[in-house]
Amino acid sequence: MKPMTVLAPLGMLGYGIPPRSMERGLARDPAVLALDAGSTDPGPYYLGAGVPFVNRRAAKRDLTMILDAARARRIPVLIGSAGGGGGRPHLEWTIDLYREICRERGHRFRTATIDAEVDRAWLRAQVAAGRVRPLDHDRPLTAADVDDATRIVAQMGVEPFLAALDAGAEVIIAGRACDAAVIAALPIRAGYDPGLALHMGKILECGGAAAYPRHGSDGLLGVIEDDAFTVEPPNPDKVCTVASVAAHSLYERANPYELHLPHGHIDLKATRFEAAGDRAVRVSGTRFVPSATPTLKLEGVRRVGFRTLAIAGVREPRLIANLDAYLANVRSRVAETYPDGYRLLFHVYGRDGVMGRLEPGAAPPPHEIGLVIEVIADDAETSAAVLALARSVALHVTYPGRQAIAGNLAFPFSPSDLRAGEAYEFTIHHLVAVDDPGALFRVEMLEA
Amino acid sequence: MRTIGEIATFVTSKNAGPFLLTLDIVFPDEATYRAFVARRPLDRATVARLYGLAEADVVDIIEFEPAFAVKVTLRRPWASGAVGETDVYGAQQHVPLAQHAVEWPEGAR
Repeated sequence: MKPMTVLAPLGMLGYGIPPRSMERGLARDPAVLALDAGSTDPGPYYLGAGVPFVNRRAAKRDLTMILDAARARRIPVLIGSAGGGGGRPHLEWTIDLYREICRERGHRFRTATIDAEVDRAWLRAQVAAGRVRPLDHDRPLTAADVDDATRIVAQMGVEPFLAALDAGAEVIIAGRACDAAVIAALPIRAGYDPGLALHMGKILECGGAAAYPRHGSDGLLGVIEDDAFTVEPPNPDKVCTVASVAAHSLYERANPYELHLPHGHIDLKATRFEAAGDRAVRVSGTRFVPSATPTLKLEGVRRVGFRTLAIAGVREPRLIANLDAYLANVRSRVAETYPDGYRLLFHVYGRDGVMGRLEPGAAPPPHEIGLVIEVIADDAETSAAVLALARSVALHVTYPGRQAIAGNLAFPFSPSDLRAGEAYEFTIHHLVAVDDPGALFRVEMLEA
Repeated sequence: MRTIGEIATFVTSKNAGPFLLTLDIVFPDEATYRAFVARRPLDRATVARLYGLAEADVVDIIEFEPAFAVKVTLRRPWASGAVGETDVYGAQQHVPLAQHAVEWPEGAR
């Protein structure tokens, strides 16, 4: 077959497309613009609260460039994990942005949306049938977890994208999706080897991250052929080297030799990375291994309460030397007024604020420490009330050898107490066995 | 003795999903990579000790020759972003590994 070029304009919608990279990428006549717009990296909040982790204005700029290019060149656009979390509100946020741009620019596309939220009744039935197992942890999923979850999504593979393309979509806005699948969908539909297409997708999904120097948001070009693909940065100041591309296989993954999708996995054990000129890398030998039992990855979060916090510094050596006793004292004083119904945490920067339980420790006492006082409670008012007391107690409580009696803490901000809103945690990270990996995901054509 | 951070081009950490932390040691060339893996300086017990974890929480130690890299994957003490979290992205957990000293020939790079 004739080679097919795919342009991933950037690694995350809203991180900024460099115009020159876009121009040079488009000059290579790509057959499709495909990109990933989501991640679990920023933590559980965004999936739970139903909000994106990128700025709307920044996402609008990127999406406008993409849609203008797609219209001018008559090529499709595939967006996966819309709005970050890839849930229904994230999809709606992206559709709203998309409609606004189309209105302003006078664009019209045949548009498909793909919903990735999971029906609770269906999932409870799968739990009961023993078709769900934990992923990367030991906790089996229970019906209660399903009920308690604020939002549950499943990661789609290529199937829903193929269905949307078959339905004539020129723009696909999808909920939670395997990043590699978004980029591989069109090449797979055209008949290219799925192992190569998905491996190319995995390298392109982070945009320019597989090129050196690795700074700033940027795009990446992939050219797929029958027995290999080549990746190359459109930015002339960057290069793909065997080292940069091979090292990207390590990124954010536990096993660099395997990448799992709903309908199978790609195997990199026989993969060859070779330089193709000074700026491109040719990749071959990656195999797709179909799975007899397709599985979907589920992600879900639960609201654990409301967070309030205060940030302060400590410079007094006597207090730093007696810090544990001091913090224990703050905790017990607060408990005299509020015995239970909240969690009070101290983050001690300068000691173990970064590594917590993983900190090997044994560093000399620092000359100053940063203290973050955090309260989680079931409702926002309790959270704020407990934090306010903890902050005032921490400011004034005594400790052994105390001389600086005017106050124990240096607050950088007024107000000192910051309401951080809802707090969530990941409670669902499981695999569910399915008969049809595409069946769960609803493909709908969007009314103009 | 030489620290892993001195031998490697870089040592990094990052979440691999919300429940795993993955640490990458990438070496400058094939010779350094081969010299490192031939010495087998990292096993589950060593990594567990560096991070104060049980050996069972060291999920895997994988050699990845295409990138001249060794990858160490740990089970996170809790899911990313849970109450008590210190590093949502897991991006600053590499230092104990980078500062770990291993047997290394004098005069080698």
